[in-house]
Amino acid sequence: MVEGIFVEGLIYSILALGVFLTFRVLDFPDLTVDGTFPLGASVMAICLTGGMPMPLALLLSFLCGCAAGVVTAVIHNKLGVPGLLAGILTMTMLWSINIRVLGNRANLPLLRTDTILTRVEKVFGPVFGETAAILIFFFLVVLVIKVLLDLFFHTDLGLTMGALGDNQQMVISQGVNPEMVKIIGVGLSNGLVAVSGAFAAQYLGFADVNLGIGIVVSGLAMVMLGEFLFSSTRISLLTLRVILGAILYKAIMFAGRYYGYYIRLTPNDLKLLTGILIIACLTISRYRSRGFHFTGRRK
Amino acid sequence: MIKLEKINMIFGEGTPNRNHVLKDLDLKVSRGDFITIIGSNGAGKSTLFNVISGNLKPSGGKVTIQNQDVTGHPEYRRARYIGRIFQDPLLGTAGKMSIVDNMMVAGYKGFKGLKISLTKAKRHYFREQLRSLDMDLEHRLDDNVALLSGGQRQALTLLMMALSKPELVLLDEHTAALDPRNAAQVMDLTTRFITEYGFTVMMITHNMQQAIAYGNRLLMMDEGKIIIDIRGKEKEALTVDSLVKRFHDIRKKDFTTDEALLT
Repeated sequence: MVEGIFVEGLIYSILALGVFLTFRVLDFPDLTVDGTFPLGASVMAICLTGGMPMPLALLLSFLCGCAAGVVTAVIHNKLGVPGLLAGILTMTMLWSINIRVLGNRANLPLLRTDTILTRVEKVFGPVFGETAAILIFFFLVVLVIKVLLDLFFHTDLGLTMGALGDNQQMVISQGVNPEMVKIIGVGLSNGLVAVSGAFAAQYLGFADVNLGIGIVVSGLAMVMLGEFLFSSTRISLLTLRVILGAILYKAIMFAGRYYGYYIRLTPNDLKLLTGILIIACLTISRYRSRGFHFTGRRK
Repeated sequence: MIKLEKINMIFGEGTPNRNHVLKDLDLKVSRGDFITIIGSNGAGKSTLFNVISGNLKPSGGKVTIQNQDVTGHPEYRRARYIGRIFQDPLLGTAGKMSIVDNMMVAGYKGFKGLKISLTKAKRHYFREQLRSLDMDLEHRLDDNVALLSGGQRQALTLLMMALSKPELVLLDEHTAALDPRNAAQVMDLTTRFITEYGFTVMMITHNMQQAIAYGNRLLMMDEGKIIIDIRGKEKEALTVDSLVKRFHDIRKKDFTTDEALLT
């Protein structure tokens, strides 16, 4: 069970990093995530069953996610639609697209398909044991993504992205097109979400168009839980915080599922629990002023 | 260097709230000019800046920067030539980022790529530049800008603007939101940067004394027009009283903002 929490936490921490990038860094509440998570899962599933090389399938999932994010950003930029609505539009359209990707099905099982995870189990299972092999694998994947993101936030583009979420006028004054930065940021964020979905599909053993319902809220809950752990202004600690928040969130959800029956909670109540968790986070942070960094626009 | 021809700016065209803010405005700015602009509220000073910077597209007329027609260019493209400082000290810097990160973003104009440009040498260079502000910021490179005072923040904005070496500097009452001591300090810095880098400057101010004391040319705006344009020797001889009298003679009415006279 503990391994399960960590593995799921690590898989969903990639999603949480994507949500962090839009909600916190760019200050762009992006709901496309609900559609890109199953998009990543669907693309990965259909590619694997079709026998595509695995790294290529993962790359394709990432790129499809990026494309979905770009669509949202372009709708927002060119039509002057609020980011929230642009995201909902893309998310809704993605539901139909995901069914098409899966070959006019709503669900595609992967149980008899060779996936990255079965490969890892086969190669490293005999050495570490199967569960530990999967855990180590995801630990390394998330580590690589985290380090790459940290490096990105130290580049000129990454810094500009941070400044954009804080003060758009300043970015314009530096001769940078804010629309371009938003396209890149929202695209990258959704690419990460799709990768998270791709791994989730392999872990769960199926891809389903309904995998993404309410997932953006879970992602947000992970980001917020992380913010309670410690406060910092260093980007490497901020991304670490997001990952820890995701693991903590999964732990709480596990607890809800395993011990919830004492108070008659069923798995159907977990979305309610997530919502209450976010409301609790918002309430507590109202009464407790944390550092300034990337903690939203409330003043 | 900068040419405005027959600029008209009308807000709410076709509605009962139609407001004709700039009326057939012509202006030529030469390289090295330091122009101060005064005028009562609603005279169109800020709208003029918005039209030059590209924040607003004029309803009619042409904006030329260095013989290039930029009337249709968006603000971020014109920002490559223009450094603008706002009255609100919060608008020039990103509060949730450190001083050094802010300076990195302002390091050069134009699109930023995937380079990591922050080197030891660059840090050292930034520290020396901050030391020259004389505001004790040289030891606070990694502090978030939100922790600075308004004056410090405006001074940092000024420094960042100067380091990006724009062709034209627009100062929009950039000391008005500061307390007198900070305002004086920021104004000193402003003149120092202007002489050091030889900037071409346009400065809006509500303070007549300031408008007369600084620069080589003074514009007074009223009801969307430039009604007084004084430069050179004539400007040096100007006093607040003579300026108010001239306004009265032209407009047959009193200069309306009392605060301009009081300060």
